Amino acid sequence: MIDLFEVSRIFNAGKPNQFTALDRVSLTINRGELTILKGPSGSGKTTLLSLIGCMGRPTSGRIRLNGIKTSFMPAAEASQELDISSLPERFLTEIRRNNFGFIFQQFNLVRGISVLENVMLPAYPGGEKFDTFRSRALTLLDNFGISQKSATRVELLSGGEMQRVAIARALINQPEVIIADEPTAHLDSKLSIEFMKLITGFRQAGKTVIIASHDPIVYGEPLADRVIEMRDGQMVTGQS
Amino acid sequence: MQSINRHYNILDFAIASLLRRKGKNLALLTIYTLIVALIASLIFFVQALKREAAALLQDAPDIVVQRLMAGRQDLIGLENIDRIAAIRGVSEVTPRRWGYYYDPVFGANYTVMADAKLAPQAGMATVGLGVAKNQRIGPGDIFTLTAADNSLILLNLEKALPFESELLAADMILLNPADFGKLFAFPANAATDLAVTVANPREMVTIANKIVETVPGSRPIMKSEIIRTYDAIFDWRGGMMLLVLAAALLSFVIFAWDKATGLSAEERRETGILKSIGWETGDILLLKFWEGTAISLTAFLTGVIMAYIHVFFFSAPLFAAALKGWAVLYPAFHLKPFIDPYQLSTLFFLTVLPYTAATILPSWLAASADADSAMRS
Repeated sequence: MIDLFEVSRIFNAGKPNQFTALDRVSLTINRGELTILKGPSGSGKTTLLSLIGCMGRPTSGRIRLNGIKTSFMPAAEASQELDISSLPERFLTEIRRNNFGFIFQQFNLVRGISVLENVMLPAYPGGEKFDTFRSRALTLLDNFGISQKSATRVELLSGGEMQRVAIARALINQPEVIIADEPTAHLDSKLSIEFMKLITGFRQAGKTVIIASHDPIVYGEPLADRVIEMRDGQMVTGQS
Repeated sequence: MQSINRHYNILDFAIASLLRRKGKNLALLTIYTLIVALIASLIFFVQALKREAAALLQDAPDIVVQRLMAGRQDLIGLENIDRIAAIRGVSEVTPRRWGYYYDPVFGANYTVMADAKLAPQAGMATVGLGVAKNQRIGPGDIFTLTAADNSLILLNLEKALPFESELLAADMILLNPADFGKLFAFPANAATDLAVTVANPREMVTIANKIVETVPGSRPIMKSEIIRTYDAIFDWRGGMMLLVLAAALLSFVIFAWDKATGLSAEERRETGILKSIGWETGDILLLKFWEGTAISLTAFLTGVIMAYIHVFFFSAPLFAAALKGWAVLYPAFHLKPFIDPYQLSTLFFLTVLPYTAATILPSWLAASADADSAMRS
């Protein structure tokens, strides 16, 4: 489903503070797999996730996606490979919105608005009918046992509740791929284990899950299809 | 349909987003609305006054001929009537007798007039509502004026002036020519000025030139000049008020600019989050556009409605003293509602557009950042 070939990402290229975050990484992630990227801070995990999730473009190398939903590609070509390495931002955004769900380290919820509004956020610009995605958001909140908090402002939630809101938000556009960056960094062990249970549930439901973490609870997950160790922008083990 | 849904959804979120900073945005909206209301009131008021005056001046004589003595206006002899009437194109010449009377008791200046057509009987007077109110008199009451020889003239109030507008007639006292002559010791063979009616308005300038030739030392004033002077006076008064408001306006501009352009760290963070979860730069700009528009359009519409009520329902109590220009006798009248679409559009472009633009521009800079910045926050 996701193919990376010799992908590099260099920040501040040509300047004195040039920094190579990712160095010629090649990787294939199959549909429905649970892939875990482990490694210390600065090893390139987050950069790799952001490139896979269409948040940026690689400095060199190719990233190809297969079987993704887009409005700019005819349905007949949906099953074919799409090279996203040099797509304009507008197309990358659409791919990101329709195919990827993100769970961030800090959860990245928007303060001041309700739980329900936070969950619906990725769906607002999609052009879908408001009532349709609102009812989907309510179902998700119900599934995660926080429907009673739907009108509560997110800053009033506990860490565990925030995490569930972040997961519900990642699922609102029914993505094929779920990307989580250090999702347990701010959780205690009990909540981290609960999180992994939810994640493995997604994998069993056929979703592709990619997690970056240096938490043993995460990379020790027995149901993981692959654990890739990264260091200094390169893959150390788990290469495909 | 998708595009409409997108606008609708983002507008929905924009309103939810604005409500987060309820106090700050409400304060901004209130000040913004008051500023628009003040400026719109000023525009409505000056425009309505000008229209009112213009409507009234439609009945003014085509040319008013005055006589100048040492550069000052002097009485004009009635013998000039026939001379002017003889000019080709002049259809009528009417002498007008009028002057000012200062009432030391009430500290007010009245315009006293003796009109052959409208004049009441001797011993009777017709007054403007301002005078009646000032003297606290009604029809049937008796009031006195002090004549030039210090004797008192007893006058019986017949009625208030039946003029369409009270604007120019509030301070008027209409007398019989005999009473007028007695009041001011006005010579019988003279008039204050002569009202000239011209058959063809296009000949006005030519006739005015001929009057100057025929009656040396005369000054003909055309109706168009009178209307222009009134316009200039109201514009000048409006300009003075605007100057006073400029300080308030300037403080608001600084406040709004600061509010709109100063993108806080929290707002930058939010922009990053929105981008990372699938919002395009255009979506974020649309969000900011709706936020700016919601505030500025609400302020504009509310301000304009408030101004309309202030001017046309309550006769602009905030500006009346400064703009009507009467020292003591304020005309109590209701202006006829009139809105100049051109001026209203100008106000719209000067208030709504800059604010909306000031909201969008800094967000555009923040929204152009890479989506992965949220991953690194």
